[in-house]
Amino acid sequence: MTTHLRDEQGPFFGEFGGRFMPESLIAALDEISAAYDEAKNDPSFAAELAALHRTYTGRPSIITEAPRFAEHAGGARIILKREDLNHTGSHKINNVLGQALLAQRLGKTRLIAETGAGQHGVATATAAALFGMSCVVYMGEVDTERQALNVARMRLLGAEVVSVTTGTRTLKDALNEAFRDWVANVEDTHYLLGTVAGPHPFPVMVRDFHKVIGEEAREQVLALTGALPTAVVACVGGGSNAIGIFHAFLDDPDVELYGYEAAGDGVDTDRHAATISRGRPGVLHGSRSLMLQDADGQTSDSHSISAGLDYPGVGPEHAWLSSIGRATYLPITDAEAMNAFRLLCVTEGIIPAIESAHALAGALDLGKRLGPGATILINLSGRGDKDVETAGRYFGVLDEAALVATELDAIEADEAEGVQR
Amino acid sequence: MTAVTSAAGPTAGSASAAASPVGRTIARANSDRAGALIGYLPVGFPTLAGSIDAAVALVENGVDVLELGLPYTDPVMDGPVIQRATQTALENGFRLRDAFTAVEAIRARVDAPILLMTYYNPIVQYGIDRFADDLVSAGGAGLITPDLTVDSGAEWLATSDRTGLDRVFLTAPTSTSERLKLAVDHSRGFVYVVSTMGVTGARGDVDSAARTLVDRLREVGASTSTASACVGIGISTGDQVAEVLAYADGAIVGSALVRALSEHGVAGVARVAAELAAGTRR
Repeated sequence: MTTHLRDEQGPFFGEFGGRFMPESLIAALDEISAAYDEAKNDPSFAAELAALHRTYTGRPSIITEAPRFAEHAGGARIILKREDLNHTGSHKINNVLGQALLAQRLGKTRLIAETGAGQHGVATATAAALFGMSCVVYMGEVDTERQALNVARMRLLGAEVVSVTTGTRTLKDALNEAFRDWVANVEDTHYLLGTVAGPHPFPVMVRDFHKVIGEEAREQVLALTGALPTAVVACVGGGSNAIGIFHAFLDDPDVELYGYEAAGDGVDTDRHAATISRGRPGVLHGSRSLMLQDADGQTSDSHSISAGLDYPGVGPEHAWLSSIGRATYLPITDAEAMNAFRLLCVTEGIIPAIESAHALAGALDLGKRLGPGATILINLSGRGDKDVETAGRYFGVLDEAALVATELDAIEADEAEGVQR
Repeated sequence: MTAVTSAAGPTAGSASAAASPVGRTIARANSDRAGALIGYLPVGFPTLAGSIDAAVALVENGVDVLELGLPYTDPVMDGPVIQRATQTALENGFRLRDAFTAVEAIRARVDAPILLMTYYNPIVQYGIDRFADDLVSAGGAGLITPDLTVDSGAEWLATSDRTGLDRVFLTAPTSTSERLKLAVDHSRGFVYVVSTMGVTGARGDVDSAARTLVDRLREVGASTSTASACVGIGISTGDQVAEVLAYADGAIVGSALVRALSEHGVAGVARVAAELAAGTRR
């Protein structure tokens, strides 16, 4: 690989990306582009953001080696990048603080956001409180039900949560509603888009705010092991945590990159969110990328047990990285993700977000393929506090104490019998 | 974005106004009356046949140009009334090809030019060239593209040049003068003046921003002999039509018609159309 993949600045990544938006929002997008370009070249912006991350987010996030989990991954060495330990519980805060600072520079007094699992909404509500801005978070009605705890968190932080009842009542409809709000209130409002999708400059800007994840992890893994990892893995919904950890490694051709998409009930069913595995090129929410759609270009319903991955599109840079073969995207079913979720809980004492559990499940398979001697760096993008109810119901432990030892015994017994989990 | 000049291509809309049936219709309405009335309804609501009957009723009651919306799962520029109608159409099994059925059936019954209002992805998936050819065959006049701007629209500009179809781009109160000129130069049929910062839906007052925006469009060349300036979003009464036509070439009404159709059927939408059309004769 002779090109510098890290240099891509949009609006297009190959044939993907661009800006397909109503004229009413073009001026706002141009304003953000200009402000971001200026901020990028302003050392005081970088210093301000770095100070916030040091004193508020808790950066750098640590890495944790997971040897007991690794025993189930073919003997590969497993290292977790602990974005789950960030303030607010996920990687989302990286982008949120960056954009909130930018919004402040633009004189905006109101932040709006879409959210699926609620992690981005919580992070945005947090930033709004920190910066003294008002905040409205759009969340699909289905998601407000399955992530009720995060709804409460956002309200406690002073945000208004709007339950979106149109369309499929999930993340994509929350984006639609946020765009509609933005069209009407663009003068005082910044739309703090939470993933690397949407119109230019969001895919580039959000990536840049998250690339600190990979930059830190690359140094941390080198310091720990003396070498770059064999593979870097992450879950992919819109793709913000994945691009965040991938980006620092894009020009390390020996480092394999794997993104794990939500396969729901399975990619051969009609209930999944595996956009790259099963999607076609199309335009959704302002950029050209891969998406789940029918023959007429109507967006298909997606499904995942994880609200944060339940999105029928994906960031254009991922579609491009897939098209050029630099990163590989594979599906993980609900069942595979939930088993990896349980395994991390009982082997390492870490409750992951169900989103991140897709990356863990992928690493279990990948480790078996790569074998001993391989090092796999996993972006543990979020913690599972918000998922305790979902997981508790899934595993039937909500009403009684979980019998942890029994859990682990059951997993090991399954493996001994070669049971497909 | 830097694609502006390459996307612009060889033709500008201004030379083509006379060749556009929509442009001619609007010019005629401006010489005979205060201006043109453009009526929006979604295809397939409440049913395909019902939407055809309703569109015919609009024309029979004084609507000059029809704007037929194609239902889409993610309509970011539409407010609740139109969202509900298009979602119903989708639930009833709307297919893109129904648009051509509707255009052909309406054209067989009334003589008014028909523009389709469509978000971009459906026509990308259908194939922009194939979609344009089928629209020409059905007797349609062109497209209004709410989420496709001139600088991102190179493919549609080329296809509309090849087929001669009208292309209506949107302008907003926040558009720079440079972008207004881009829209005027490349629109054919008319240029859509988004009256207010917001999504579709009836409003008590049509924003004074609309008048300012029309003035700014005039400065960059919008006129009935080039690209007419037609104001949409928020207009729901004959009085508002008259008020808008005092400075604009056309008034576009959507949600008020869709609501009338939802609540009172074809007879109801006909009544509202007639009331709106009275505003063109004041």
